[in-house]
Formats: sequence, structure tokens, C-alpha cells
Amino acid sequence: MTLVSLATPALLVFLFLSIGLWDKGRRGFVLAIRSLWLHRMRAFLSVLGIIIGTAAVIALMAFGEGSMQDALEDIRRMGANNIMVRSIKPTETANTSQRSWVAIYGLTFADFEKIATIPCISRMVPMRIFPQEARRGYRGVNSRVVATIPEFLDIHNLDVKIGRFINGDDDFHLRNVAVLGSKLASRLFSFEDPIGKEIQLGTFYYRVVGILKEHSQGGSIGSEDPNLDVIIPMNTAKVRFGEKIFQRTSGSRSAEKVDISQITLSVTDIDKVRPTGDIIRRILETHTKQDFTVSIPLDRLEEAERAKERYKLLLVLIASISLVVGGIGIMNIMLATVTERTREIGIRRALGAKQRDITLQFLIEAVVQTSLGGLLGIGLGLGMVLALPWITETFLATRLPSKVHFDSISWSLATAVGVGLIFGIYPSRRAALMDPIEALRHV
Amino acid sequence: MASVVRIEELEKTYILESVLVPALKGVTLEVEEGDFVALMGPSGSGKSTLLNLLGCLDRPTYGQYFLADQDIAHLDDDQLSEIRSRYLGFIFQQYNLLPQYTVVENIEIPLLYQGCKITDQTLERCEGLARLVGLGDRFDHRPMQLSGGQQQRVAIARALVNDPAVILADEPTGNLDSHTSDEIMNLLARLNDIGKTIIMVTHENEIASWAKRIIRMRDGLIESDVRNNELHSRSPGTISLPPEMLERLVQPQGFQQAGAN
Ligand SMILES: Nc1ncnc2c1ncn2[C@@H]1O[C@H](COP(=O)(O)OP(=O)(O)OP(=O)(O)O)[C@@H](O)[C@H]1O
Ligand SMILES: [Mg+2]
Repeated sequence: MTLVSLATPALLVFLFLSIGLWDKGRRGFVLAIRSLWLHRMRAFLSVLGIIIGTAAVIALMAFGEGSMQDALEDIRRMGANNIMVRSIKPTETANTSQRSWVAIYGLTFADFEKIATIPCISRMVPMRIFPQEARRGYRGVNSRVVATIPEFLDIHNLDVKIGRFINGDDDFHLRNVAVLGSKLASRLFSFEDPIGKEIQLGTFYYRVVGILKEHSQGGSIGSEDPNLDVIIPMNTAKVRFGEKIFQRTSGSRSAEKVDISQITLSVTDIDKVRPTGDIIRRILETHTKQDFTVSIPLDRLEEAERAKERYKLLLVLIASISLVVGGIGIMNIMLATVTERTREIGIRRALGAKQRDITLQFLIEAVVQTSLGGLLGIGLGLGMVLALPWITETFLATRLPSKVHFDSISWSLATAVGVGLIFGIYPSRRAALMDPIEALRHV
Repeated sequence: MASVVRIEELEKTYILESVLVPALKGVTLEVEEGDFVALMGPSGSGKSTLLNLLGCLDRPTYGQYFLADQDIAHLDDDQLSEIRSRYLGFIFQQYNLLPQYTVVENIEIPLLYQGCKITDQTLERCEGLARLVGLGDRFDHRPMQLSGGQQQRVAIARALVNDPAVILADEPTGNLDSHTSDEIMNLLARLNDIGKTIIMVTHENEIASWAKRIIRMRDGLIESDVRNNELHSRSPGTISLPPEMLERLVQPQGFQQAGAN
């Protein structure tokens, strides 16, 4: 693939250079431009198919690639070596929870210890996640507490923007420290530096030691914005909020009791990710309810990559259809042009043109036409790639990620040239094989 | 004087829907260097057929053709193209200029197909020829912007650019009024005076009277072949360049070698 992506532009450069340096080629090129200019409207219309086809491919490729890249980036950020084990509320309990006072489910500390015995696990990060209002003076923000250990930062590929992350000392000494998500920080502290200031979570105060960089869903659960999280040390949380998490559902008196909301673990070797996932499932078989999920980003990664390949294949199919249609259009017009210029062909032959001179002339004309069409199409496609995200963002408030691949540009151009060559050969040969006398007599 | 064109027993038979149409039935002819030949005869007598054969645009069914001592009756298509670009100049009844090109570019065309590089030298030559035929102020005009007579002058300049051994003209004045015809014929006659060999097809006695030799054809055969002893008088007006310049333009040294393959 990389070889092709290098070879294609190289080939194109070579082609244009040789046309430029080779005297006959350059004259043919100039002549082609002039002849096309003489019938510019017709030339434009005849390559419209190629223009639209190329533009569509460039744009679809860019948008497809963009959203795919986004998805892949998300998954990759979760880590291809990682496995996420999460507590989920079992469905039967959900129905009965209105009657029972406390729903007990999910991963326990005992589970954590058991999973920790699997040998090829390099890191294990437990998290207790629960909604909790964060207060700063009279301001309150509906936030989410993530109680975890220092490795949380590394395993989820997050970065600290200001200050520091929680460390082992904080955890050991049960310090009341907190690291804020970027959005939470800006909501709680509009005009002051949050570092060293205190925020209130529940009944206790916590000193802010750091702020995270803005990030998208970095592997922690829930659909809420992760930039609204507040991170505190695991052991501090155990002491301040108790061994269990009580989640009071608004409007009902039920509560939930969960030991660990999520465990993210890293496996030493990417080949061992799936077997480890199986072992974890087996360890957790002792659970009577289906109150956990084991999710493996690697699976999703591969699935997404397969989807990407399928999308590409589909695009290639669309592209070939549109280019064949465009090519037939070119051939049609070229045949008409050749007939129309029969006398010109006769004149040139009488003045000493060989058959191959005539072939070359019309072939260059076809290739110049399709290449210009291809270039216009690329321009149009890039224009769409620039304009459409802006339009959707301003009017529809949706982000439309796009990524223009250099490959798609050089491929489109190469195909345009190829279409000109392939569909230009027949009309050009026909022109060359005309009888000079007949051609001269043509009106 | 040496003969530039020599044909022996030249025959051409067309096949029209399995019917044989003999257009030439064995023509033997020799044209000397510097001659000016008018081919006459009724319609369908084979004048154009003969001229096309002489112009290497077609191959004879039978017979031999030597052009500047080269046997060319059996050459292939590429070789015939080569011969056309080096030894022949064409002037057509319909002028046959290329509409995309300017005057000077039209004159250049035969050089392109000789494989010449377009240099300042060739450009100067083309402009000199345009001046020679009286279009010194119209280098960049397109054929559409010229009158018939002017277009035919461009065609004559184009026929001269490769310094051909023979200039072939099929009814060069067929589309022109009598005054313009005279101008064109005067130009051709002057070129003949400085040594160009011309073979011209015409219907009109008036036009033929400019030629030194008049050949009449009938039914694919030569009927008569006479020297013209009432040569039309040349008026000196048309060619305005000094004679040395003229000669240099029409017969430049080493031009054909410049376009070697
Ligand atoms: N391509 C062709 N196919 C069949 N027959 C042809 C072809 N070209 C010429 N002929 C025939 O050959 C004969 C000679 O034609 P030619 O064109 O040489 O006549 P011409 O002397 O030039 O006549 P004109 O003065 O009308 O131009 C005619 O009978 C014509 O029908
Ligand atoms: Mg004729």
C-alpha cells in the first residue's frame, strides 16, 4: 500500500515531466489545450462525469476516513492491550428494585483480587464511579466522582493540563485531594486558579491538585461528559463515602450498592488479550446474575477496521462505475470530435504526419481532458470537504469529521489519466487509420 | 536537367462495390527539375488521382514511381509520410489551413512532422515565408480572419517551408475570383522562376497559360503533352522581397539535415 502510494505520484510526475520535456509531447499538450479551448463547453460537459465521480470519491473518502478515524482513535485511546470489566445493573433487579431497598450487584473487591492472580496482567486499575454534586461556594455542578488509583492516568492515555495527578502518597495517607476534568474546573472556577483551592464533595472538602486536559470518552463508563469528572484517591473514597456506593435514584427510595464500577486492566502481550478476557469471564461465572460486562477494545478495533475496508471497497466500486460511465462519455465525444475533424486529420497526414503522430495527438487530447477533469473533480471534492463540515456545524450543530488522504488524490488523478488513455485509444486509432485522401475530401 | 518525377506505366484501379473502376490506365511521365506543369482534362479523366499518386497519398495498383530518384511505389505508410514531409508541398483548392493555428503556426506544420525543433531560426523562416507571400503584417491572424486569396497565400508559404522537391497543386485557384487567381498564379510563377518545380491541376486555359508545359488527360491516359509557347507574362509586383533574401528563404542551406530523425 505504501509502495503504491509512493509510486502513483512518482509515476504522474514522471508522465507530466516527460510530456513537458519531450518536444513532441509538449506541442501535443499545447495543441490539445487549444483544441479543447475551441470547444470548451463541450469539453467541460464531456468530462462532467469524471469531475463529479472524482469529487464524490474524494469527499466520501475524506468523510468516511474522518469518522472512521474518530472511531478508531476512540477505541485506540482505550488501549488495544486493555480489557474493561464493568458492573452493570442486572435487568431482573431493575424491575424489582422499586420494592427492595438496596440493589446489590456488580464487581466486588473479592473479584478484583481473583482477577489480579491472572499472570499476564501488567496493570489493574479499579474505579468506583458515582454521581455526586461538586460544590465551590454557592456554585454546584452535577458531577461524577471517579475514585481510582494513580495508574488511571496512564492506562487511559490521559494528560494533566495543570498541576499533578493523584499519587500513591495521597492514596496511602487518605488525603482529600481531587483532580478535575477541564469542563468541571472551568464551571466551578471562572476567574481564579483552581489549584490549591478546595471543593466540596458530599460532606467533605477536597483540595484541587490538578486539572486534566480535555479528552473524549477515555474508557471510563457512562455516557456523560468525562470532562465533568472529579477524580479522587480510591482509599480516600472508601473512607469518606464508605465501602459501598449508594446511588439514590431520584423519585424513588431505592439505592444501589456497588463495590467497583469498573476495572481497566492492561495485558502484557496483545496476543493474550482475548484469552485473558475469557479467563476473566470464567472467574466471574460465579456471579448468579448477569451484572458485569467484559469489553475488549481490540475486538471493536478489528471490527472497525473491517468496516473501514468494506467502506473502501464500496467506494472503489462506486468510483469504478462512475469512471466507466465518464470514460464512455469521453469516448463518445472523442469519436464525434474525430469525425468532425476528419479534414484536419487529412491535412496533417498530407503534410507528413505519420499514423502514430495522429494517434498521439488525439490520445494526448483525451488524457489532457480527463486529467483536467480529474483535477477539477479533486478541487470540487476538496471544496466539499472544506465546506460541508462548516455547514453542518453552523446550521445543524453536528460535527462532521473529515480527513483527506493524499492517497485518494493521487489515485483519483491516476485513474483520470488512465480513463483518458483507455477510452481515448479507440477514437485515436480510428483517427490515425483514416485514409488520407478520403479524409481530405471530407467536408 | 535531371528529372525530379518519373512515373512508368502507372495504373490505378478503384474497387467500388466489386466493380473495378480504372482511373489511370498506364501513365508514363517525366517532369524535370524547375518545370511548371499544368494538368488539364475533363472531369473524371484522372487528374486528381494522378496528383494523389504523385503526392504519395495513395499507392498505385501497378507501375513505378521515382521521386528524386527514390523508388517509392512500394513504401509503407510511415515511409510515405516521411517522403511527404521532406519532398512534397501541397496546395489545395480549399486552402486547408488549420483553424486553431495562426498564420505562422500553420506554416510551421510540415516542420513539426519532420521532427524539427521549433527554434528562433525556424520561426524566422516561417515569418520570412509569410512576408514572401505578402502577409508580413498578419503573422498572428487566424485563417477565419483572412480572405480566400490570403488563405491560399498561407497555404503556398506552408508548401514552401520544407523546401520540397515538387509542389503539387490541385486547382489552387478553383475557389478564387479572376483577379485573386492572377495574383496567386503570379506568385507561383515567380517561385517557379527561382527554381521550384510545380505540378498543377486546372480546368481553365487562362490559368494553364501560366505553366511552361501543358498535359491533357482523357480517360486515365495522357492525351497530349506540349510546351506552352504563349507563356503568361509575369508581373513583378507580388514578391516584394529582394531576390537574395527570397532565394535564401526558399532554399536555405542544410535545412533538411536539421530535421534528421
Ligand atoms: N475513391 C474512389 N473510389 C472509386 N472511384 C474513384 C475514387 N476516386 C476517383 N474515382 C474515380 O476515378 C476517376 C478519376 O477521378 P478523378 O478524381 O481523378 O478525376 P478528376 O480528373 O480529378 O476530375 P475533376 O476534374 O472532376 O476533379 C473517376 O471516374 C472517379 O469516379
Ligand atoms: Mg479532381
